Amino acid sequence: MIYRSLFPRDVLSELDRLQRELQQTFHFSPSIRGIARGGFPAMNVGGTPQSVEIYAFAPGIDPATLEVQIEKGVLTVAGERKLPTAAEAATVHIDERFAGRFRRVVTLPDDIDANAVDARYRDGVLRISIARKQSAQPRRITIQ
Amino acid sequence: MSDTTPVKKQSVADDAALLPPVDVIEDASGITLYADLPGVPKDKLHLQVEADTLTIEGEIDLEMPGGMEASHAEVSLPRYRRVFTLSKELDAGKVAAEFNQGVLKLSIPKAEHAQPRKVEVRIA
Repeated sequence: MIYRSLFPRDVLSELDRLQRELQQTFHFSPSIRGIARGGFPAMNVGGTPQSVEIYAFAPGIDPATLEVQIEKGVLTVAGERKLPTAAEAATVHIDERFAGRFRRVVTLPDDIDANAVDARYRDGVLRISIARKQSAQPRRITIQ
Repeated sequence: MSDTTPVKKQSVADDAALLPPVDVIEDASGITLYADLPGVPKDKLHLQVEADTLTIEGEIDLEMPGGMEASHAEVSLPRYRRVFTLSKELDAGKVAAEFNQGVLKLSIPKAEHAQPRKVEVRIA
């Protein structure tokens, strides 16, 4: 993204780019592995008492080429996104979509069970569901 | 007038949408547009061409377990929207769309009369 049009055709996309750059510069990372915004794939993380849910927004990828790994409480999602290259005679007016290799890392909570993982790819979203350990789940204690 | 103002405000907040990244490529036959709309199922994608305005809209529909609390969200709104103005030489009636795994591909052909022709320049 070094060469930019002097006269952007789409003001909104330029504002979007500016916003992304500002976020990259000023985002205060909450973890050493920096869940920073603006990476590919975009990620949403949530949880229930029974599981941790991770959604990776990675459209247009063959799910067989996605690498999902859990090691020492760290989840890694990696892969490559290949986009069709434009023919030589064609003009590229807007070029915003991510292309190339990617890798994103998420630190998981301590109470997850790395053997109970379920990963699905649907509508361009990879959903990884990791169960929490049985022993870590809240229990009601009866008073004698 | 004052009665409708709060209602309008509400609808603006409901309408907030993410701007999906796109690629737009033009060749002699027309324009091809790719848009990333992850999380949108086929039946929740809305494409509209009205006069010379192309609107791409999609609702995100994720399977979520009950009682889930989000701890980190980069995709923070439930819909995408992006609007383009088409130019006159494009044939808006012949737009073809494909939607696969969250990627939309739109082919907008140029109208017959707008296809490139070689113009001979004669020197008088």
